[in-house]
Amino acid sequence: MAAAESYPDDLKYHSEHDWARVDSDEATLGITWFAQDALGELVHYEPPEPGQTVTRGEPYGEVESVKAVSDVIAPLSGEVIEVNGKIVDAPETVNDDPYGEGWLVRIRLSDPSEADSLLDAEAYKQVLAEQ
Amino acid sequence: MSGRYLSLTERDREAMLATIGVASIEELFADIPESVRFRGELALEPALSEPELVAHLEELAARNIHAGAEVSFLGAGMYDHYVPAIVDAILSRGEFLTAYTPYQPEMSQGVLQAIFEYQTAICELTGMDVSNASGYDGTTVAADACYVAKHATGRSKIVLAEALNPQVRQVVKTYATGFGLEIVEVPHRGGTTDPDELREAARDAAGVIFQQPNFFGCLEAVPELAAAANDAEALPVVHVDPVSLGVLEAPGAYGCALAIGEGQSAGNVLSYGGPHYGYIAARADYIRRMPGRIVGETVDAAGKRGYVLTLQTREQHIRREKATSNITTNQTLLALAGLVHLSWLGPQGLREVGETCLALGQCARKRLERAGFELVFPERTTFKEFAVRVGRPATEVIRAARERGVHPGYALGRDYEGLDDALLVCVTEKRTPEEIDRLADVLAEVARA
Repeated sequence: MAAAESYPDDLKYHSEHDWARVDSDEATLGITWFAQDALGELVHYEPPEPGQTVTRGEPYGEVESVKAVSDVIAPLSGEVIEVNGKIVDAPETVNDDPYGEGWLVRIRLSDPSEADSLLDAEAYKQVLAEQ
Repeated sequence: MSGRYLSLTERDREAMLATIGVASIEELFADIPESVRFRGELALEPALSEPELVAHLEELAARNIHAGAEVSFLGAGMYDHYVPAIVDAILSRGEFLTAYTPYQPEMSQGVLQAIFEYQTAICELTGMDVSNASGYDGTTVAADACYVAKHATGRSKIVLAEALNPQVRQVVKTYATGFGLEIVEVPHRGGTTDPDELREAARDAAGVIFQQPNFFGCLEAVPELAAAANDAEALPVVHVDPVSLGVLEAPGAYGCALAIGEGQSAGNVLSYGGPHYGYIAARADYIRRMPGRIVGETVDAAGKRGYVLTLQTREQHIRREKATSNITTNQTLLALAGLVHLSWLGPQGLREVGETCLALGQCARKRLERAGFELVFPERTTFKEFAVRVGRPATEVIRAARERGVHPGYALGRDYEGLDDALLVCVTEKRTPEEIDRLADVLAEVARA
């Protein structure tokens, strides 16, 4: 069952349709409801390796639907400390619950102040409205 | 301007000019500066009538020599195998005779099923899990394999055995710049690749490409070469002549990640070196990095078996510059020739072709040795090809032999230092003991044993 459209207020957003849940010097990353809806049912997730460095604005993995393959863009920089293995086995979890069970990686932030430049839910919704 | 073979009449031209509102062709070109315009007469021969033209083309065509008209021991990547009549009979069916990719499964089931069967044949031959619908040729599939290796490992060094076909190496090097690859070559030692040297070079490499049998026709210690790559966590890629797989071990059985090759020897005539097809097969781990098209078997809404293009999301029309391959040429018809040939031979027939090549090759080696010629790599076991010293530049020997109606082989000095007097002789199942005698006699005349 696909999730209903939502953009939780407690998350930070990147205009490439990625979200971050920041918790002091760590963050959980994923793709937004809009991104999973545009892709359609996900069939494959190509994750980064734990320990790998991710750079804000650069791709760190790939998600694939029956229609397209898309890079996943890092909203923040840091080092991968955990990959969501559940998405590797059942990629459609992202469609069911993009902000909960559907998270993609957890990273240790190299520069927590980067989070200040991300969008809040209202600003991200504005980005979507302009598309 | 108008003439019998041009579709537009003078009246058509006038109508078009009137529609766009210019009076003449000259006025249409008014914006092209005088300084860049050509004003003279084109240096062309006067036009010929149709019968004159046909006579002219027949005269030109008669100057070509084909492998059926003279005796050929030329190989080096293209092989003169017998192509059974059934291949052309099936290829000339209108349903198959299209270059178009079957994107519409509802009207392309026949072609899709043929491709699926081709992929199955390649997988059975190579012992791999997945094959694509065919590649452009035996060189570009090597470049594709480098792409797979680079993305699978995150590394960018590619190791090539020097005993890998020089044209394959050249094409990989051409792609290397665009792919951001560093190429390292491992020299041959007495005709084969040393596993220890390969192991050393494979450190931090994305992939290692070697050939079985190699360019000299010599059998490599492929399990050791594959292990050398695997130990370094580099992908072992083997370039294999499909016809050899009737008598040689399948690449999947000795630990290779990918098996690639030139498909010409199965089902395609020499045809001046192309067009042909390449094959690329891999272990299931690499299915999402496979270049080009893959056909999958599925069921339709009524539960009946059907075929579709699958995993298309990484193809060029969707993935653009990030596609797994940017070759759009569709070699399906030529790959179908391969499928028909392989199916017609069957496992037993393919084995017999291989055994005949082995026996005749052995016979030719012995015959030339008896005539006093020295083998370049005497200790090596060879399949279909072997190198022999001819005592003077091989290019001269080839020229002299050709005047006597025999094409004795390939001059290895074109690609390898120190082998100017080495001739690579190819013996397929089509050569006869009489032709081998003829080769020995002609070489005795024009070469120095």
